[in-house]
Amino acid sequence: MDLLGFGDLLLSGAWVTVKLALTSLVFGLIFGLLGASAKLSRFWPARALATAYTTFIRGIPELLLVLTIYFGGSMVLMAIAEQFGYTEYIEISAFAAGVAALSIAFGAYSTEVFRAAIQAIPKGQWESAQALGMTPLKTFFRIILPQVWRLALPGLGNLFQVLLKDTALVSVVGLNDLMRQAYVATGSTKQPFTFYMAAAVIYLGLTVISTLMTTWLERRADPASRRAAA
Amino acid sequence: MSEKKTALELIDIHKSYGSLEVLKGVSLSASDGEVISILGSSGSGKSTLLRCINLLERPSQGQIRIAGEELALTAGKDGDLQASNRRQLERMRAQVGFVFQGFNLWPHKSILENIIEAPTQVLKQPREQAVSRAKELLERVGLLSKADAYPANLSGGQQQRVAIARALAMDPQVLLFDEPTSALDPELVNEVLAVMRSLAEEGRTMLIVTHEMRFAREVSSQVVFLHQGQIEESGTPEEVFDRPRSQRVRDFMASHS
Repeated sequence: MDLLGFGDLLLSGAWVTVKLALTSLVFGLIFGLLGASAKLSRFWPARALATAYTTFIRGIPELLLVLTIYFGGSMVLMAIAEQFGYTEYIEISAFAAGVAALSIAFGAYSTEVFRAAIQAIPKGQWESAQALGMTPLKTFFRIILPQVWRLALPGLGNLFQVLLKDTALVSVVGLNDLMRQAYVATGSTKQPFTFYMAAAVIYLGLTVISTLMTTWLERRADPASRRAAA
Repeated sequence: MSEKKTALELIDIHKSYGSLEVLKGVSLSASDGEVISILGSSGSGKSTLLRCINLLERPSQGQIRIAGEELALTAGKDGDLQASNRRQLERMRAQVGFVFQGFNLWPHKSILENIIEAPTQVLKQPREQAVSRAKELLERVGLLSKADAYPANLSGGQQQRVAIARALAMDPQVLLFDEPTSALDPELVNEVLAVMRSLAEEGRTMLIVTHEMRFAREVSSQVVFLHQGQIEESGTPEEVFDRPRSQRVRDFMASHS
């Protein structure tokens, strides 16, 4: 891929996009699981906190979240550092701000996916584990969670696709991702169609790969598919 | 013969759901090796009673003793009792096998994995030991060839036999059966009853909630008839089946024979 000498630039941008999406996915899944556990907790403050989290984050544009964390984050950090006598300027990297914003957003949406999946597991699955003396924590991680994946995967796959495209928002705060590199290349060559089209093809390629991965994971998580192995 | 030890003792068990009182003070005790069948029409509280024993259902009042050890209970916020000590509850649950009407095998684990899960995770047995014991038990319930299959590949009767093997893998002091054949097609009932019969014959202590009258009569040492949350009548199978004192039990027997 040459593209008037900008091919490598686009590819490096695509790599940043992939790293940003995957890192945000990991943290987002953790937030989602914590959110769902809190929503299903018997402890009401945990439920209230989780409800506030999902309501607030899902109610605001992701771009606003990116900007707030990028610009507000460094102010907050500097204020904290000042308490410890550090007065230099602190800047948050665009990548870190992007991961924070996107994983917080992914976590809010996946909280609902996980909550629904956990609730869809029949009560008897918990009961048979508890009746054998298993602790609630062990029951959750060894018996319930592996079954939750299967139910949650289609919804999570969907959210990941949205996340993959939302990474473009982080280009606004200067991250050299695919979107920004396409913009830079367009700026210097005045060939918007060439570069935006190339970026579109790469985004499409990434989402197709993620769809295939989701399908593969779904098949692997379905116990009926292991029949052949049995 | 010396007095047999008491394997399980329930004292004055009450359970209410709001204003609905499902159990109104049920006491019963099972000596080692005894098989007690609990009969009664639906809604009489028999499943609730069984589920109260290992606190799958929290009783509102009462005492539970397993192999002489009393389960410490304290009143929770909602008024029902809960275990004072989680560890003790888990230890006692490990000693009480529970077989569910709906089997409740774990679909993401193979048959063998279903059976070794609790022995390795709760009793901390080494995996090899748990596996060899699991294979013995599978052989016993006639399903050794299905060790690597998944629950979805088995018939209901086979799943229930696996569930029994899973309970036996913990070497429980007492086995509780909650309508173990009610979810099965009629032609699959007997294979499950045959396994249960062999357990009774080897001297296992069992409490069985069932609608299989002939089976209850043949294997039980004691039969308890529950009506509206109370014991209406109890005694040997001959007493309850052949010479019931109460009209209600007579009617029930007449409609179930």
